[in-house]
Amino acid sequence: MNRYPTNQRFTINLEINKEWYEIDILASDILLDVLRDKIGLTGAKPGCLNGDCGACTVIVNNQPIKSCLMLAIEAIDTEILTIEGLKDTPIQRAFVEHFAFQCGYCTSGFILICQALLLNDNNPSPEKIKTWLSSNICRCTGYKEIEESIRSVINNIKNQSIK
Amino acid sequence: MLSYNFEYYKPKSIKEAIEQYQTSKSQDKKPLYYGGGTEILTLGRLNYIYTDAIIDLKGIPECKEFGFQNNELVIGSTLSLSVFEENKVFPLLTNTSKEVADYSSRNSITIGGNICGQIFYREAVLPFLLSDSTVIIAGPSGVKKFLINEIFNKELRLDEGEFLVQIGTEKEYLKAPYLSVKKRKQWDTGYPLLTVAALKKDGIIRFAFSGVCPYPFRSIQMEKILNDKKLSYKDRVLASFEYLPSPILNDIEGSDGYRLFVLENTLSNILSYLGGEELE
Amino acid sequence: MDIIGKGVTRKDAWEKVTGQAIYTGDHKETKILHVKKVISPYGHANIKNIDITKAEKVAGVRAIITGGNLPLTGEEIRDRYPIAQDKVRYHGEVVALVVADTPKQAKFAADSIQVIYEPLPVINSPIDAINPKYPLLHPDLDTYKKISEVFPEPGTNIANRTKIRKGDIKKGWQESDIIVEEKFSFSPSDHVAMETRCSLAEIRADNKVVISSSSQAPFMIKRLISDYFGVEIGNVIVNTPLVGGAFGGKASVQLELLAYIASKAVNGRLVIVENSREEDILTSPCHIGLDATVKLGCTKSGLLKIAEMTYLWDGGAYADKATDLSRAGAVDCTGPYNIENIWCDSLCMYTNHPYASPYRGFAHSEVLFAFERTMDSLSKKLGIDPLELREMNAILPGNSTPTQVQLNSSTVGNLPKCISELKKKMNWEEGQLVKINDNTIRAKGIACVWKTSTIDTNAGSGVILTFNPDGSVNVISGVIEIGTGTKTVLAQIVSEKLKMDIDHVKVQMEVNTQSTPEHWKTVASRATLMAGRAAIQAAEDALLQIKQLASIVLRAPVEDIDLGQERVYLRGDPEIGIPFNQLVYGYKYPDGSAIGGQIIGRGQYTIPHITNLDPETGAGKPGPEWTVGAQGVEVEYDINEYTYKIVRAISVIDAGKVLNQKTAEGQIMGAMSMGLAFGGRETFYFDNFGRVLNPQFRTYRPLRYGENPEYICEFVNTPQLDAPYGARGLGEHGLLGMPAALGNCLSLAAGIPLNQLPLIPELIWRGKKGSRL
Repeated sequence: MNRYPTNQRFTINLEINKEWYEIDILASDILLDVLRDKIGLTGAKPGCLNGDCGACTVIVNNQPIKSCLMLAIEAIDTEILTIEGLKDTPIQRAFVEHFAFQCGYCTSGFILICQALLLNDNNPSPEKIKTWLSSNICRCTGYKEIEESIRSVINNIKNQSIK
Repeated sequence: MLSYNFEYYKPKSIKEAIEQYQTSKSQDKKPLYYGGGTEILTLGRLNYIYTDAIIDLKGIPECKEFGFQNNELVIGSTLSLSVFEENKVFPLLTNTSKEVADYSSRNSITIGGNICGQIFYREAVLPFLLSDSTVIIAGPSGVKKFLINEIFNKELRLDEGEFLVQIGTEKEYLKAPYLSVKKRKQWDTGYPLLTVAALKKDGIIRFAFSGVCPYPFRSIQMEKILNDKKLSYKDRVLASFEYLPSPILNDIEGSDGYRLFVLENTLSNILSYLGGEELE
Repeated sequence: MDIIGKGVTRKDAWEKVTGQAIYTGDHKETKILHVKKVISPYGHANIKNIDITKAEKVAGVRAIITGGNLPLTGEEIRDRYPIAQDKVRYHGEVVALVVADTPKQAKFAADSIQVIYEPLPVINSPIDAINPKYPLLHPDLDTYKKISEVFPEPGTNIANRTKIRKGDIKKGWQESDIIVEEKFSFSPSDHVAMETRCSLAEIRADNKVVISSSSQAPFMIKRLISDYFGVEIGNVIVNTPLVGGAFGGKASVQLELLAYIASKAVNGRLVIVENSREEDILTSPCHIGLDATVKLGCTKSGLLKIAEMTYLWDGGAYADKATDLSRAGAVDCTGPYNIENIWCDSLCMYTNHPYASPYRGFAHSEVLFAFERTMDSLSKKLGIDPLELREMNAILPGNSTPTQVQLNSSTVGNLPKCISELKKKMNWEEGQLVKINDNTIRAKGIACVWKTSTIDTNAGSGVILTFNPDGSVNVISGVIEIGTGTKTVLAQIVSEKLKMDIDHVKVQMEVNTQSTPEHWKTVASRATLMAGRAAIQAAEDALLQIKQLASIVLRAPVEDIDLGQERVYLRGDPEIGIPFNQLVYGYKYPDGSAIGGQIIGRGQYTIPHITNLDPETGAGKPGPEWTVGAQGVEVEYDINEYTYKIVRAISVIDAGKVLNQKTAEGQIMGAMSMGLAFGGRETFYFDNFGRVLNPQFRTYRPLRYGENPEYICEFVNTPQLDAPYGARGLGEHGLLGMPAALGNCLSLAAGIPLNQLPLIPELIWRGKKGSRL
């Protein structure tokens, strides 16, 4: 059994964006707070801390996860990808080209859920896109620009890698 | 963020989990079994849930089981709801569970967590109530198997220190005609105004409900009337209302009167979809 | 024009798609102390006792602050203690602050503070508030400090009354053949910007107060901290980085005061106050509610003769900006129509609800819901097509507004043209109701909109341009980048003026009130006009300096010097010239001697001729121009279940001139989305204790992906002559008519008047049930 029986801080190692981090945490620390406050990866945002808005979405083992709904301790032995781990990907370029952000606060989460979807299915149906993307809230756009972004990547997917 | 801290254990077997629960208990702590954690973390931050010790069940092999054993589909309690979206082996379950919360949350919410949680919709239980499934429950007195319809009354009746390990559903139910309908206050997201799941077995349509009352339920009496071929659909539905448990929910999602209006329409639609002759 | 009007990529694009964009809450320094709030669980209660003994013992706690010894605050009426004293007047009101080393410690201690309340009777609506049988929420109203433009009525719950008296009411009714009267009501709701509000404060040894805040109004924070706490204004420095959505909600000053108070309690140490989502909804100011009565009279042929309105605004527990909202609701108290006789009383009422801040549209979508729904009732009674009725009465150059401003084609856009474009886009000839199948009909509803700004009469905006050694330019403006892309538009303006590649125009996104010229507040769709004008002036100022320097170096008169492709040259002989980069840091002669230095361009703009309103008639000029528009909504409506799906939303806005096609469309679509959610789903639900029952996204639900309709944006271009390139404000306008158009659409589809918001199926069911009884 993995035990973290003390009420004190202890050290864990997490793999984030293909790099290893050694971090002191409490068992009750959520992944989001650890990413932001301990590692300085502030791209994931605390929009609600309640699993409702998706602004803190990261990719854990190829699946989109709300990092406020996960204890940091549960992330041991997983591969975590945050927005800071994406470099000039097609979905990021599409968001820029299609003006798929305004204030930018939900953008990291939206890009990551799009990226996770594309990693899992390179030709998702409109219904599936809706199912995944309705996990997140964007208050600024009317979603049309986000839809155009992911569709443009899907349309070009045969010619390029999504990573 | 939680304002309090807790201990964290991730047992590798049922036995370890139960022992840890007992140990924590004996130290005057309040241990909690932990699946996806979505309720513990979100209700915990508001101090609606308190715990000193988390016992994470996701390391127990039995709780991660997913497949056929003999004539039964076995589903481990720590499988996340999103698993059933890809794997449609039990289409009614796929249909019902994909309406819970949202996709990325369903990656965290486990089926056991949804059924045993405090948030009273517990929609994932509906398919199992309809398919006379069995549940494996582990606790200090050992590992036991129950018919879900015997042990689920508003909620899964677990004794102190017990947890849900697996749910078993016989094959013949998996392919039965079904329909699951979730109605919301407005548009496509949010808690249910009500959810009705229906499954047709041996010519009889079974019904289970969430969001009608502050707990999910299946009603044999309602099923009897809803299948009464002597009556028109409309009459069946209205007559079945006699046997609705109480109270009918009356909250910010909708008033009791409006819920009954929506329920009437929903049941009529399910009846016409799943057949059963309507009296002319 | 090369760059104006183009869909130029936003200057904040790459930092936003890579997670590198920094918002207020992203600044976490190790020495920071964390502040958590204790908030009232009741809408109205006496505070009998606050027991902090347990909390004091929590490790890491540095200070606990409860009410008392704090100044009254409020932008127009000082009626609110930043931390409640003796009494709470709304659910979520701050009762105590805890400052501790870590957020966990602060929260744990805050949760251990025990407050004993004695609940009091609650005022849950403006209609109750005006009823003398209900309690008086501010018995000391007559003693509060206030600005001179606000008119509270002590001894009542009226925080402000604005009167509009135009024309002759008697005559108006006499000339009317057809009269309709309708009543409307909706509760407060919220902005729910994705970034919750957050403020940091530090008081340094040299008495400098340094604040960072997610705000639309850092310069107002500077003034108010100085006013409230007696800090020398030059010692208050406010930083605002990128802001994660605002919609008016971040124009109010609130957390900044708490951060200042908390920092002061810990000897000036740096503290952070961050709202949880629940606090952001409950504690911080919300979107105002309204009870309205609208009575219209017209001739048999449909010519409007009179409009009589009473607006009772649900301003909540404290006045702050709610009084200003009630004033703005009076300024444009009708739809965009030519009406000679208008009577309106617009009252800001105190209730036991969270208090109101500006919300995108600043009281206009709310008024328009009531007014435009009544217009549809009138059209029904007259038997005249609703768009035709509006076209017939559309306000035109030569007409006057409710506050008696005489309009011309610069000050008001072309509404008839918007209406005719809308007809085309909605295939209006086809009819408003189309049967799809036995259960479903498609229904169309419309509304016409207008809006002017009602900002302070002397509100100004400044822009500074500095140059880099390579010839590129930095744009420094006090406009906050809240998501609207305005700073990219400023860059386009500068690029156009200096004939410079847009990539060589650099934008400072952050604002620092010490080094950035003031932009009054980033509100009211005014940034493009005011900062745009300032940017033009700054560019011209810089250009003149460049030309003057060039005239010396090139030994030619200034008038002979032209510019293009980032160089200046002699217009008679373009071969003779110098690139920018040899001038903007001064010119260095071959022998090493230099002349001139870094070029600094200055620009400033204050809207001229804005006046206060006459207290008896409302006459006065509140804003420089009115943007007009016509909007429509199409739904598919289930005639049995009363559910519906919004399939299309259409906006035709007279934008004057579109400066950036993509950001303009983005503003209109985003605003439509917000307006539809406000019209169709978003509201606070209150219980008998005045508690908000839905302060989370689980229960307070903005639109999600896939719930949105298809959007259609169309622009008409009637220039506003004194605006940059003729561009009118448009950041709010997409929202304005959405609730009304949706209400009109569903009222038609359901065959019953729907005069409340949100327009949920249960509301229709209630109406249907009522009409059957």
